[in-house]
Amino acid sequence: MRPFELTAPTTVDDALDASGTVLAGGTTLVDLMKLDVLTPQRVLDINDLPLRGIDTRDGLRIGALERMADLAAHPGVYPVISRALLLSASQQLRTMASIGGNLMQRTRCTWFRDVNSPCNRREPGSGCPAVTGPNRMHAVLGTSEHCVATHASDVAVALVALDAEVRLTGPDGARSVPLAEFYRTPGDTPHREHDIRPGELITEVVVPRLDWAANSTYVKVRDRQSYEFALCSAAVALDVRDGVVADARVAAGGVGTVPWRLRSVEAALRGAPADEESFAAAAALATEGAAPLADNAFKLTLLPRTIVRALLDVTEGSR
Amino acid sequence: MDISLGVNGHLEHLDAEPGVTLLDALRERLGITGPKKGCDRGQCGACTVHVDGKPVLSCLTLAAIVRAPVTTVEGLSDGDDLHPVQQAFADQDALQCGFCTPGQIMSAVTAVESGVDDVREFMSGNICRCSAYPNIVRAVEQARSADATV
Repeated sequence: MRPFELTAPTTVDDALDASGTVLAGGTTLVDLMKLDVLTPQRVLDINDLPLRGIDTRDGLRIGALERMADLAAHPGVYPVISRALLLSASQQLRTMASIGGNLMQRTRCTWFRDVNSPCNRREPGSGCPAVTGPNRMHAVLGTSEHCVATHASDVAVALVALDAEVRLTGPDGARSVPLAEFYRTPGDTPHREHDIRPGELITEVVVPRLDWAANSTYVKVRDRQSYEFALCSAAVALDVRDGVVADARVAAGGVGTVPWRLRSVEAALRGAPADEESFAAAAALATEGAAPLADNAFKLTLLPRTIVRALLDVTEGSR
Repeated sequence: MDISLGVNGHLEHLDAEPGVTLLDALRERLGITGPKKGCDRGQCGACTVHVDGKPVLSCLTLAAIVRAPVTTVEGLSDGDDLHPVQQAFADQDALQCGFCTPGQIMSAVTAVESGVDDVREFMSGNICRCSAYPNIVRAVEQARSADATV
């Protein structure tokens, strides 16, 4: 690891005054610094900042420094969020990683992590070996000729389904951004991954109240049963009344360059009978606009099935 | 920079670069070699120690950001009396080469203390290259039943 300067501000104002790369749990930053993918000269250890707390009184407010394990174990959290967290990484990583850090984690694309390879995300204009492959783990939605890397977070998929917002504070004050807009698809600028301005800090994640999200789940399909990134995942919440879908939220992971909200699937579900046939018809819309690569066309079959499985899981007991 | 660490009940001081991991501080500077360096990338779990009573990967933790007490496998036993989880690993032959065992035991202690439902799922962040998994699960279950009778 290259030498760097480390400071530990104790107030948000001090943190904004001191420029540097933000370090919370370190599960992304320390890893990528060891690989030379990230080489910051100044690092801000923000663990002393007062960005803690989980408030479930009206929706959900999550301090950016809350750890994944603590949020997953909180009794007032929507099931889709706790399920997504508990199916992420390992228990050690969930103990370490903060929610703000989880949302800011970088892609696990092999070429991004290897500084000896070209990568448009790491080094703009250098090229993208993943476009030609191997690319079994890569994205089929939101891709461009410059980048096909997936976004690796599970909980971000659940949060996007629930219309979560990220609260940021920076030199020009505080603002809120819908998480779905916070992430940028790669387009011509894959190195610009987030709507975050220089010097800004994530302070809080806010999930609007949605009472029927008590009926929600996260299904994650992996190459092994545990401690693995998603091939496909589905975050769903379903409001079923008298056997008919009154409302639905659906988002997918493992398939998009960003957490992928599926509004067309939601629209097809509304008013449909809560049964496997209509779930399959709606889920078939999930792959609209998908661009499979040489090794990952299977995701076009797997994604609708994953969504149907999640919808059936939340339909048991709610009928 | 000056770094203070509470390790296994002792307060330790060291002068180290900010990039020194907790794992390297323990092994190379303090001579505490229970935590093992397997992958050094946060993937294998051999370096698992407790910080503030919770299992973390010491290879991805900078020593300089640790505020709370650290416990390594060396801090579990009381003299020659093994911790119940250590005894269970010995009783169940829950290891072959033993390299991953200190990390396995630190995760297993938390599995027992927090009463997890699914032992295999909870222990999935500790890789055993010898594949001693069936006996590791038995060791956790032995320690858990012993714990329940206390």
